[in-house]
Amino acid sequence: VTRLVVGPFNRVEGDLEVTLDIADGVVQAAYANSPLFRGFEQILQGKDPLDALVFVPRVCGICSVSQSCAAAAALADANGVVLPPNGQLATALILANENLADHLSHFYLFFMPDFAREAYCGRPWFEHALRRFEAMQGEAAREVLPARAAFLELMGFLAGKWPHTLAIQPGGSSRPVTASEKIRVYALLRQFRGFLESVLFGDSLEAVAALDSEAALRAWRDARPVQAGDFRFFLHVAEDLALERLGRATDVFLSYGNYALPEGKLFGAGVWDGAVHPLQPDAIAEDLSHAWMAGEPAVQRPQEGMTLPDMDKPGAYSWCKAPRWNGRVCETGALARQVVHGHPLVRALVAEQGGNVCNRVIARLLELALVVPEMEKWVQALRIGEPFCSHAPMPPQARGVGLVESARGALGHWLDVHGGRIRNYQIVAPTTWNFSPRDRDGVPGALEQALVGAPVGDGEETPLAVQHIVRSFDPCMVCTVH
Amino acid sequence: MNLVWLQSGGCGGCTMSLLCSEARDLFGLLDDAGIRVQWHPSLSEHTAQEALRVLEDCASGAMPLDLLCVEGALLRGPNGTGRFHMLSGTGKPMIEWVCGLAARSRYTLAIGSCAAYGGITAAGVNPTSACGLQYDGDARGGLLGSSYRSDAGLSVINVAGCPTHPGWITDTLLALSLGSLTEADLDPVGRPRFYADQLVHHGCPRNEYYEFKASAEKPSDQGCMMENMGCKGTQAHADCNTRLWNGAGSCVRGGYACISCTEPGFEDPGHPFASTPKIAGIPIGLPSDMPKAWFVALAALSKSATPRRVRENATADHTVVAPALRKTRLK
Repeated sequence: VTRLVVGPFNRVEGDLEVTLDIADGVVQAAYANSPLFRGFEQILQGKDPLDALVFVPRVCGICSVSQSCAAAAALADANGVVLPPNGQLATALILANENLADHLSHFYLFFMPDFAREAYCGRPWFEHALRRFEAMQGEAAREVLPARAAFLELMGFLAGKWPHTLAIQPGGSSRPVTASEKIRVYALLRQFRGFLESVLFGDSLEAVAALDSEAALRAWRDARPVQAGDFRFFLHVAEDLALERLGRATDVFLSYGNYALPEGKLFGAGVWDGAVHPLQPDAIAEDLSHAWMAGEPAVQRPQEGMTLPDMDKPGAYSWCKAPRWNGRVCETGALARQVVHGHPLVRALVAEQGGNVCNRVIARLLELALVVPEMEKWVQALRIGEPFCSHAPMPPQARGVGLVESARGALGHWLDVHGGRIRNYQIVAPTTWNFSPRDRDGVPGALEQALVGAPVGDGEETPLAVQHIVRSFDPCMVCTVH
Repeated sequence: MNLVWLQSGGCGGCTMSLLCSEARDLFGLLDDAGIRVQWHPSLSEHTAQEALRVLEDCASGAMPLDLLCVEGALLRGPNGTGRFHMLSGTGKPMIEWVCGLAARSRYTLAIGSCAAYGGITAAGVNPTSACGLQYDGDARGGLLGSSYRSDAGLSVINVAGCPTHPGWITDTLLALSLGSLTEADLDPVGRPRFYADQLVHHGCPRNEYYEFKASAEKPSDQGCMMENMGCKGTQAHADCNTRLWNGAGSCVRGGYACISCTEPGFEDPGHPFASTPKIAGIPIGLPSDMPKAWFVALAALSKSATPRRVRENATADHTVVAPALRKTRLK
């Protein structure tokens, strides 16, 4: 067995180190290390509860709004404020704006550039991949960045700026929208739809959203030329490289459900392992056994969780704690969200092949097709002149939980207010789930499992299969440890 | 010019902000300025060994390093070891990498308030002993020390902001590529004067409410946020309301207070961010350069002169009293 330490692992958010044990040309065991600790949970102690709205978005520059939404939800849970419909719609629009922009960044800037690597130069699709996706040089980035920036102008109207807005409040949004702004935001969304339909999909969003089986996806792919839309091109690359056989993890999928609207959440919550189970937030606990964290007991529910760094702890190898649901390792993200919610295509793909590199990417792009039309409806549903924000005082003693979905999956905040100040604040982020270390039973986290069996070619310093698998999770390491 | 970008004790948000650049083609803009991004953790193809070869070549001098951009605070803990951030794959603390590269760079840039002063990562009990490249809060020093100069003879250029504005980064890089940024173009805390010699207050859309001291009382109110909501726009140095964010925004345009995120120490204001500290009903933090007695006198006068329209709209979330319709041919 040879050991390979891979880092700095880039085109992920934040710093990541992966240690691989390799024998017979495949990965035998993997260890994920989040090497950066900042201590947000300690920084927050003793602060005014509303100050959380300043600090937590700054946990992460790419999941900034998701962090705001989780904090606002935890604060609202603590003080019982009820959002007006405009407040729910505005919050959903801001959150969807971030999540979809992140999906786009992931596909074009983080994930696809690996197919433009020289190692693939013999493949029939290579020249197109190089021209289109080469990191910082490809033509796609030069189309995508302006389209993404234009899409994020929604933030300029609804949130002041991105990242790090303070517009998202426990009672809704601090930013009422005027009649003309409503029209301009709608126009932005239509412009973004146009970009997706011409560049990414080569088809209408509705046609992509309606795909309901592997056969339908294959037929859709083959109905037009290979290069008609970047999604179609990806499907061809994925088939050639058998990406559906790479990166299978636990096939237990967790989602908190997302986009809280007057009529309920757009995507439902739960855990899927072949069937959907209710979420039961109390079933979530974090295992500290392999994290550089002191504290007893070694398995803690977040509401009683502690963050006490201890870098000399024997057996530990990451700053990341190991969250478990009823003791089980879960995968979270767009694939989890859609399999839990029950999108027919994603259910069919997972039933056939489980979670893997290809299906994670498909689920992300599918969400672009699913959510943009919803955003168009949400903007239209804003009622000009009616309230965007409700108000309620924070009681001196209170507890609250905020559960939302960021682009990369389930994000939870647990808040404990005592004497009018934050006594404890615990954050469990999506990549804390996906890139967790082993637990006290020695069970590896989702990525660590997904890497086992990955092929390693002769002389590969940083195996490409490993890179595809890691990036398929769209990891956010700054959120992971915070 | 070769550019290397490192991220440490921060959130990556300044990179995300940069990608919101309104330049039609950000990468083309950099190319055109002759800036070659040799490594960026979010954007480059190179990973692991490939990336380390770039960093090692820059540290050894084998590759000229013109622009060292550091995002995120520098973590000196625990106990001065820097182990709260070991650059992955190297077993070496990030602060050692940064010191080594800064010794070789022609220009050294702190991207965002964390890298400049410590920022949010240094808040509260500062669990990681975070500081900036050349400042620890408002005290000169930081990781590199107060006497540090890059090869070109400049102090660290503090492109402060939380996040920083994409235009502040691109304008700074372009000015450097044109050779038109000198020590004299930096303000007393190292920020480029092109954006730091202005106040967030300039161009504030709530200016009429400010003039009449017609104040907001709760989130989503339209009034001035200085009296009650913690807004520091009349003191904070930045051009947020003339340059704008994401096409149309700024903090005050988003309905919330300026928290002075471009200033050293903004992370620990000594009061809850969303409320204004006062003595005898008068905000402690008065507008920059304004004598207190005059402010108090003018505030009292303007409050008594506030039109009903301004007073009522200030505590509403939409216009409840429209401006009066005058006869035509306004004089």
